[in-house]
Amino acid sequence: MANAIEARGLVKTYGKVTALAGLDLAVAEGTVLGLLGPNGAGKTTAVSILSTLIEPDAGEATIAGIDLRAHPDLVRSKMGLSGQSAAVDEQLTGFENLDMVGRLYHLGRNRSRERANELLERFDLTEAAARPVKTYSGGMRRRLDLAGALVAEPPVLFLDEPTAGLDPRSRNELWEVIRELVGRGTTLLLTTQYLEEADQLANDIVVIDHGREIAHGTSRELKRMIGGERIEVSVTNAEDAAKVRHVLTSYASGEIQHDATTHTLVAPIAGGADVLTRVLRSLDAEGIAVEDIGLRRPTLDDVFLTITGHHAEEEPPAEEATPGRGEKKKRGAK
Amino acid sequence: MSRIIRTLGDGWVIARRNVIKIRRVPEVLVFVVISPIMFVLLFAYVFGGSIDIPGGSYREFLIGGIFAQTVIFGATFTGAGIADDIHKGIINRFRSLPMAKSAVLVGRTASDVIYNLISLLIMALSGFIVGWRFHEGLLNAALGFGLLLLFAYAFSWIMGYIGLLVPSVEVINNAAFMVIFPLTFVANTFVPAENLPTVLRVFAEWNPVSAVTQAVRDLFGNLPTGIPEPTVWPLRNSILYTLIWVVLIIAVFAPLAVRRYGTAAKRG
Ligand SMILES: Nc1ncnc2c1ncn2[C@@H]1O[C@H](COP(=O)(O)OP(=O)(O)OP(=O)(O)O)[C@@H](O)[C@H]1O
Ligand SMILES: [Mg+2]
Repeated sequence: MANAIEARGLVKTYGKVTALAGLDLAVAEGTVLGLLGPNGAGKTTAVSILSTLIEPDAGEATIAGIDLRAHPDLVRSKMGLSGQSAAVDEQLTGFENLDMVGRLYHLGRNRSRERANELLERFDLTEAAARPVKTYSGGMRRRLDLAGALVAEPPVLFLDEPTAGLDPRSRNELWEVIRELVGRGTTLLLTTQYLEEADQLANDIVVIDHGREIAHGTSRELKRMIGGERIEVSVTNAEDAAKVRHVLTSYASGEIQHDATTHTLVAPIAGGADVLTRVLRSLDAEGIAVEDIGLRRPTLDDVFLTITGHHAEEEPPAEEATPGRGEKKKRGAK
Repeated sequence: MSRIIRTLGDGWVIARRNVIKIRRVPEVLVFVVISPIMFVLLFAYVFGGSIDIPGGSYREFLIGGIFAQTVIFGATFTGAGIADDIHKGIINRFRSLPMAKSAVLVGRTASDVIYNLISLLIMALSGFIVGWRFHEGLLNAALGFGLLLLFAYAFSWIMGYIGLLVPSVEVINNAAFMVIFPLTFVANTFVPAENLPTVLRVFAEWNPVSAVTQAVRDLFGNLPTGIPEPTVWPLRNSILYTLIWVVLIIAVFAPLAVRRYGTAAKRG
């Protein structure tokens, strides 16, 4: 199958910051590539380059077989973009925004209106259609922006963290829309910070950090590499933590992470709920008072721990808000 | 040919959108209406009485200058509008669409003519109230207004370009002031250029703002008889000289702005 998106050796630097350090990407027609990475990894930069917003310092790319540098205008007629921040006009209504986009895709007056109404319906915005966007909630703006990317039913789509800021219902609906589009042959490059999202939607996943690929594979391949679910146990003191660690050793399918400040231990396990039950019994038998225990799916952070041996670096506020993390290297460039 | 049609078509879509925005935020129009009234009244009554123009009325002399200055200031809206599009992020939508690269600027400069139409109308009315009249017939007066609009339109392209350069919308007014103040004050707008010190006088004589002002005074019949006929070419051929500048400004700034637009994007 031909590649609808293909990029070779993309480089982009901003002063001393290297946003992209030679990134290769290939997305086969009608498939979804999940570009996964922490804050500042270079996801937006990659999407901005491929969607013609910024020029790379080096490297080349073709979109739908069209050379990006030589024919950016042709590329634009084949793609839709929904960037990280919503590109909508605050003073126009939802309908006017989409209608304008249709006109600028040269769909003509009637088709533009028809398409605007279809999409407003599809994204649950019909009721708000005649209201200026400045009265919209964050999630509504986001949805309107996503609708904007779909106006011309382009064969190639770029969605930069499309579900950021959406509530679970809107997120599921968006996933539905995406599956439907892909089912009809659309090629999608999607960025996300959530492994689960990439897992749900993407055929292929590329994990990037500091502008370069650190892992690449199907969801299944990545899971094989990083293991399946995690069991997470919190206790109140170091003594108990040591005992928990001892118990977990016999169930863990990989290295156990231990956060000494919050007395939280995380172990990848091979089984599911049954393992949890057995761990609970063992802890009970040992007489350990457990503060919190549960199963969770592997996260981007787990991918990082497994592949690079350190946590995915995040911006400080996110760090504070996330308990149970060990010491982290700060990202110098941020 | 089809490229020109496409550019105009896309520009039309953008202009229409801008007009919708003007209707939604009518507060902006308050300034468009109030500031010309203020200018006319302030200048007419504060300076009107204290400055003598031989063989004419200072108020009549002044109005042409105020018209010119106000429409040039009006071009700032173009810069502000463009800067706003970038910083609010809609630019990223436009840049990702297969529309003509110049359409956002073409549409914006076109829709901003509305601001100047309104402020000219208001100024003409306030002018009438304080005693200004045109004496050369309706056609010449219309030509005068047309020339003002045309010059302001060209100036819009300069401001549009500046709007693409500034780091934030707030900066645009200051940036515009730095260009507009010297141009509109070192000119014949408020006092006859003959009275200025040599260096300033030469600047004023070749300043296109002086030429537009001279041209409209001429077309309105507001040139005082007591002031000697200008001797320098730009002021003797003020309409032609103005038109040359209109072409020159657009020829230089439109390509600059369009090129710059091609790299504009909002981060994140
Ligand atoms: N215009 C710019 N000027 C300076 N630095 C920039 C610019 N754009 C991006 N960077 C830097 O490039 C790096 C990659 O940024 P990018 O926005 O691509 O990351 P990201 O993966 O999208 O992050 P996030 O998850 O936070 O959206 C960051 O270190 C960022 O600070
Ligand atoms: Mg990003």
